[in-house]
Amino acid sequence: MSRRPYVMAFGFVLMVALLVLNLPERQATRAKLAWGSVFMPVFGLAGSVEGVVERGHQALLPRSYLARQIDTLRQENQALRLEILQAQSIRQENDRLRAAVAWQQQTPWRLRLGRVIGQDPSNWWRTMWIDLGEREQMQVNMPVLTSEGLVGRVAEVAFARSRVVLVGDPQCRFAAQVGETRDKGIVAPDEASFDRQVVHFTYVPTTVTLAPGALVVTSGDGGVFPKGIPVGRIVDVATNRYGLFLEARLRLSANLNRLEEVWVMVP
Amino acid sequence: MGDGSMNWPRIISVFVVAYLAVFAQSRFLFLRHTVGAQVDLLPALLVYAGLCCSLPLVVTVAVTGGLWLDALSANPLGVSMIPLAAAGLLCHAYRDVILRDDFGTQLSLGFAASAGVPLATLGLLILVGADPLYGGWFVWRWLVSAALGAAFTPLFFLLFSELDRALSYRPETTLSYRPDREIDRGRDAHVPR
Repeated sequence: MSRRPYVMAFGFVLMVALLVLNLPERQATRAKLAWGSVFMPVFGLAGSVEGVVERGHQALLPRSYLARQIDTLRQENQALRLEILQAQSIRQENDRLRAAVAWQQQTPWRLRLGRVIGQDPSNWWRTMWIDLGEREQMQVNMPVLTSEGLVGRVAEVAFARSRVVLVGDPQCRFAAQVGETRDKGIVAPDEASFDRQVVHFTYVPTTVTLAPGALVVTSGDGGVFPKGIPVGRIVDVATNRYGLFLEARLRLSANLNRLEEVWVMVP
Repeated sequence: MGDGSMNWPRIISVFVVAYLAVFAQSRFLFLRHTVGAQVDLLPALLVYAGLCCSLPLVVTVAVTGGLWLDALSANPLGVSMIPLAAAGLLCHAYRDVILRDDFGTQLSLGFAASAGVPLATLGLLILVGADPLYGGWFVWRWLVSAALGAAFTPLFFLLFSELDRALSYRPETTLSYRPDREIDRGRDAHVPR
């Protein structure tokens, strides 16, 4: 067996890999998005097929079940309308008080609905693709959430899709605080956990008390996520190995394993 | 099974399967939700390519498949192609001494490739300064991914064998029967036809 063709073939692959790996960041991102765009037709096709199956399933649902659902949703809608009324009056009061003490006014969230079209194919990352891109004015670092809580942030934007880095990925660490006590810490991935729903809430001073079940929300520090988006609830608390700070395990509010549609917060 | 000589249906089918494998890894999450690890189908495909395809095709599939995988993943672009090419080239280099039609061989080569490629990719990711997730459950994910990759390897061989049969021209077969050499028996046997 002559080794020469194999050495040449491997050398060629190595050369291509080094060339691509050493591209400047901007060009590398562009090349990556361009190379990944070949999958858009199949992602679109898969979405359409799922839509047809879903519509077929809905068409087969019994009328009595749908009537019950409408009734439940109507009641829920009325309750939510009442809550909105209450929230609006609280907000107006908040705005008046902020104006009285000359605090900066809070801007309401503007959200855009996106559909999840795919997840990261490798086991090393927690990212996903959504069907919103440059044509929908998506930008890097826009927060992504569901009605339950924070999902992640936009990391790369192509023409018709964006890559979202999920909470629990090493590229998505951010500042958060306990909802009631306002004690601050950093949300970071829990690499020891099998469950994708569990992350770390760390660098919390040992002087504070973290109670299991307490809600943790984004603190607004860092400038990526606005203040007050629910992140998760504390499961348990421990002191870190050297006793320097507290580390809590956090169960995320949004179910990252069953994401189909998400909201992107636009400025 | 296959050999080094290439035909277009096989070249196209290998690329289509590589494309669909990367898409399936990104789209179908049943395994990730049930066993906690996503199967990596490209190492198994490279085992097939290494044993049954030509050297240029092995290299092209490794480069293209690796780039496709990295494009949909958070991996730096280009990091996956080196381990995939190494797996394919190793299989190709030793294919004369490998029993490629044997189920056990396919299974064990698939396991070795599916176990080795993620490890090498992880090493390269760390080398290029990425910060991948590999925690306490890394060994479990690695073993599950390797086992699933091993299980898919014979399936790839079966799939391509069926595709070859369906898409390629069948070789012309010459019958051993020759009418002029038929031995006639009976009373008129001496009469020539």
